[in-house]
Amino acid sequence: MKIIVGQGSCGIASGAKKTESKFKQHIEGNHLNADVTIAGCIGSCYLEPIADVIDDNGVHTRYVHLTSDKVERVVREHLLGGKPVEEYLIPESGRLFLEKQTRIALKNCGAINPENINDYIAAGGYQALKKALFEMDGDQICREIEKSGLRGRGGGGFPTGKKWVQVKSQKEPVKYIVCNGDEGDPGAFMDRSVMEGDPHKMLEGMIIAGIATGAQTGYIYVRAEYPLAVHRLQVAIAQAEEAGYLGENILGSSFNFSIRINLGAGAFVCGEGSALTASIEGNRGMPRVKPPRTVEQGLFGKPTVLNNVETFAHVSYIILNGAEGYRKIGIEKSPGTKAFALTGNVNNTGLIEVPMGTTLRTVIFEIGGGVRNGKSFKAVQIGGPSGGCLTEKHLDMSLDFDSLTKAGAMIGSGGLVVMDEDTCMVGIAKFFMNFTEHESCGKCVPCREGTHVMNEILDDIVNGRGSIDQIDMLLDLADTITNTALCGLGKTAASPVVSTIREFKSEYEAHVIDKYCPTGSCQGLKRIVIDAAQCKGCSKCQTVCPVNAISGERKKPYLINLATCIKCKRCIDSCPFKAIVEN
Amino acid sequence: MNLQDTGSQCACGCQSGFDFTELDLFIEKVKDMPGNLIVILQQAQNIFGYLPREVIAYISKKTGNTQAKIYGVATFYTQFRLQPIGKNLIMLCQGTACHVSGSQEIESVICNELHIADGDTTEDGLFTLNNVACLGCCSLAPVMMIQNASGEETYGNLTKEKVLDILNQIREKEAKEA
Repeated sequence: MKIIVGQGSCGIASGAKKTESKFKQHIEGNHLNADVTIAGCIGSCYLEPIADVIDDNGVHTRYVHLTSDKVERVVREHLLGGKPVEEYLIPESGRLFLEKQTRIALKNCGAINPENINDYIAAGGYQALKKALFEMDGDQICREIEKSGLRGRGGGGFPTGKKWVQVKSQKEPVKYIVCNGDEGDPGAFMDRSVMEGDPHKMLEGMIIAGIATGAQTGYIYVRAEYPLAVHRLQVAIAQAEEAGYLGENILGSSFNFSIRINLGAGAFVCGEGSALTASIEGNRGMPRVKPPRTVEQGLFGKPTVLNNVETFAHVSYIILNGAEGYRKIGIEKSPGTKAFALTGNVNNTGLIEVPMGTTLRTVIFEIGGGVRNGKSFKAVQIGGPSGGCLTEKHLDMSLDFDSLTKAGAMIGSGGLVVMDEDTCMVGIAKFFMNFTEHESCGKCVPCREGTHVMNEILDDIVNGRGSIDQIDMLLDLADTITNTALCGLGKTAASPVVSTIREFKSEYEAHVIDKYCPTGSCQGLKRIVIDAAQCKGCSKCQTVCPVNAISGERKKPYLINLATCIKCKRCIDSCPFKAIVEN
Repeated sequence: MNLQDTGSQCACGCQSGFDFTELDLFIEKVKDMPGNLIVILQQAQNIFGYLPREVIAYISKKTGNTQAKIYGVATFYTQFRLQPIGKNLIMLCQGTACHVSGSQEIESVICNELHIADGDTTEDGLFTLNNVACLGCCSLAPVMMIQNASGEETYGNLTKEKVLDILNQIREKEAKEA
């Protein structure tokens, strides 16, 4: 008997560690012969903590929301009594969530113990490395990756094979493989999940990239905000070294490869290639002018392959199944699968992986189970602060690199934040602009000053100080920043604003002309008024108002001066007749 | 961690009041590694809790980087702090998913309860509040991570009540230990 408790960051935050120790305690207490082990995140984060029971006949039972207080019953009825506890089983929607997916990068996440290399090997791990090392040469590997049509999963969608070929062709003998694990996009966590749930798959991809291009050193740049991922990577590297998959003379061949981990220190811009390498070099993470590009002069001035975690996690599949096998999944221009982080106002939140070309409708309504609390779908923000929003009319559009770019959004790293009717789109644009202004490194003027001014204008708009010409000014500034900024962060900084203006112009107009927020979520546009019919003129509100905004005569309805009111709502609490309302 | 707290003396005799023994060992270990400055600063922050002026001066002397360069790096990244922080560092996620799930309200609850703003430390030195970009637990939004001497813990699906509960629990625990 085996019990697997899912322990990604999400599982642990929901109490998986307590569930695990409760299992251990009861199993010991009952002298049961059962192993309790851990796995990464299966992706259905909304069902955490999740535990799988595999009995001696290999029958698999999955329990969800299994907090520690429920463990005792599972042990008593299932482990001892042989009868699964129906009440705690995974619901139909949860099974569909998983069945509708096609998993390559996330295949082992949630299935194997990420801290045990033998689990990975048993699942077919490091077979691709053996094949690449003993049956293929660098050119063949590069060609296979090129033919597979794999495109970078970090956002840009640059063909991975092309990158590898370019690095391989450089004369400089010292080359580097860098894995970008600086997943800074708010709302994306697929890289975290791979690093936490299946770190060896990513290492294998990096080692193969080393064989293909002739590099001997790899760097993994991970966010310091992901302590668990860092820990699991450290364990994985140590185990791979021990087993001879990393280090000198890998598997008895003449190939040497080592990997080290660098912790990011919290800067979104470090997801950009040249900023990331500057950060590994110990400098301020600021992008530089290109060319020379990273493939020519990257880390320490040497040719560098820079791919993100998810991209490396696709490599072993391609090597094992061949380019042809890989191209069977997805669509012509964007083959393979893509992981998306499905969050926001949607029923089933979590991490999913679907073939490229799947429609947004399938993702949100079939896999995601629709919008939360029975509300209606308004928009989905894709690609984080560099992406744009898609609406109802885009629901049947295919999710792939080119269709999304055409629609004015981008796949980015794959964050999908679903928004319901109550979300203010101007507020969302302001949120992203605030983020980008804060994260701008300050090197180039268009981004540094432009994002600041755009953020100020948006601040005016959400606080009722906006005017109609400011909408055009936003578009004007957006155009300038997009065309003149130095790096990808700046070039895409205005996208959320442009796309929300395009799709929801009337909402902007309501904010600037009527000084009214249609969803009622902009605090600055809320008005507090006294209902004259209800007001008895008791003067209580006048006494509590800290800014003397309320005036009137006793026994007659009072009035709030909206210009002075600071919307502290003290008057609302003070009114015995509930005559004061916010609208 | 200054001289009054620990009574320890700087090993190099610089009279700064900081004990650099641990940092020295680390610098020795990574001295040949290219681009080691950020790694050294991260370790220094682990040891001292923040990056005091004296420590930056010391790292400058040891590594040959100018203080200007070190300040440049330290102020560029949000991870580095030039001021000491409270015993419990609250990292409140302000990512997109948390934003649409109400992280701003959670922030105002914390601010009101602790009487601090983002980046501040409470007078009793128990809490520091830092708004951070995505913690990567978007499906549990709104989320916060609290880091203290015993490690870090992530709390998800926050509500006003839950946050107050968590803060009170920490206060009680600290009071008991004191």
